[in-house]
Amino acid sequence: MLDFKPEDIVGDYKEAVLDLYGGLRRLVFYTEIEIPYPDGKLIVSTTDKNGFITHVNKAFVEMSGYSEDELIGSPHSILRHPDMPSVAFKDLWDTVNRGEHWQGIVKNLRKDGAYYWVKATVIPNIRQGKIVSYTSVRRKPSRTKVEECTKLYASLK
Amino acid sequence: MTFQFTVSPDFSPDHISGWYIFNTWLQKQTGQGIHLEMYNNFQTQRVAIENDAVDLIYANPFDAAMLVRNKGFSPLVKPFGVSDEAIIVVNADSQILDVADFGPGTKIASTDDPDVLLMGMIMLEPADLNAQNSVKIGCDSYILVAKQLLQGNSDVGIFLAEAYDNLSNMVKSRLKVLVRSEISVIHHCLMIGPKLSPRKQEIQDLLVGMDMTDKGREVLKSLGFSGWVKVGEEETEFMIDLMDALSV
Ligand SMILES: Cc1cc2nc3c(=O)[nH]c(=O)nc-3n(C[C@H](O)[C@H](O)[C@H](O)COP(=O)(O)O)c2cc1C
Repeated sequence: MLDFKPEDIVGDYKEAVLDLYGGLRRLVFYTEIEIPYPDGKLIVSTTDKNGFITHVNKAFVEMSGYSEDELIGSPHSILRHPDMPSVAFKDLWDTVNRGEHWQGIVKNLRKDGAYYWVKATVIPNIRQGKIVSYTSVRRKPSRTKVEECTKLYASLK
Repeated sequence: MTFQFTVSPDFSPDHISGWYIFNTWLQKQTGQGIHLEMYNNFQTQRVAIENDAVDLIYANPFDAAMLVRNKGFSPLVKPFGVSDEAIIVVNADSQILDVADFGPGTKIASTDDPDVLLMGMIMLEPADLNAQNSVKIGCDSYILVAKQLLQGNSDVGIFLAEAYDNLSNMVKSRLKVLVRSEISVIHHCLMIGPKLSPRKQEIQDLLVGMDMTDKGREVLKSLGFSGWVKVGEEETEFMIDLMDALSV
């Protein structure tokens, strides 16, 4: 996964170290700048069974700040924001591994250190009865939901 | 044996005769008796599908899941460059400038086109609106959705983008667009059922090559299309997954 570079960051930033799956650690830089969700768009990505990105749509590329080449093949935790509690993602993986839909409000980290909130639905892609990949479809969340989750996630940290 | 062909009931009134012309063309090209049955609404069409009375369908994306997963249909083609998009519209005099400003009890005018309704309701979610806390005003056509807004009976209308764009400038000047979807991967699709599937390849080739002859282009024109492009199984599976994710 790409390292954060100070020269990519826009505005004042803080640092955090994320402990990711498989013993992976990542130093991230993040700011207090929120980028509003683009009206009318869906942000879509697909991962393989291990959470490595295999497909992204144009809106995904635009919102994440990364190029498509940087995203494909990278773990989906490339967007992990330090304010997100790990229990949320544990629940996500437990749910989709059972073959069910997971839905939640997620705060994502952009390459430039800013963040954006999404309402995500993650589903297993089932072909010939087997899970072959996972897809997440994101839409614009309401401010009420975002405020609720901001408080909830802070309490789960 | 005569096969049964049907078209998603959200077809534009301008293209009804086009579908009959298309069916005549298809019968001639395949040497096969095909009867075109146009249903007035999605409910009666779904009953026909359930009773295996449909062999070929120009299907709404919302019905693709049921057709593929329960009824053994497979995709043939989609019209070139056409996707289903929805638009959220208010009266030009409305105080609302952003979807987030709507509150519970909002009156929503829409048709029963299932994919447009789904996309439209998703675009209203930033206001925490859903089927339970809003009032749906069902309309038989997009013209009537516009009328509801102009007469002030509805707070907001959900349109198929193409239908909105085709309203007269006079009507559009009295309306205001709040959001236009840019989803681009949700589209209608011509699908073939199990009884006709032995001829799938042949029919698909005929359709893909349709824009290569004068006659074919003329028929396409009557449908408002410039050509057909092949749709693969995985493209359809992906669209079904997407619709599935949007339905929760
Ligand atoms: C289809 C799919 C989409 C995902 N989208 C995101 C996302 O947008 N942001 C995010 O932080 N994690 C996302 N995840 C979860 C990550 O894979 C990962 O679990 C999470 O970032 C936490 O990292 P960790 O599992 O390494 O602790 C997604 C997972 C899947 C299967």
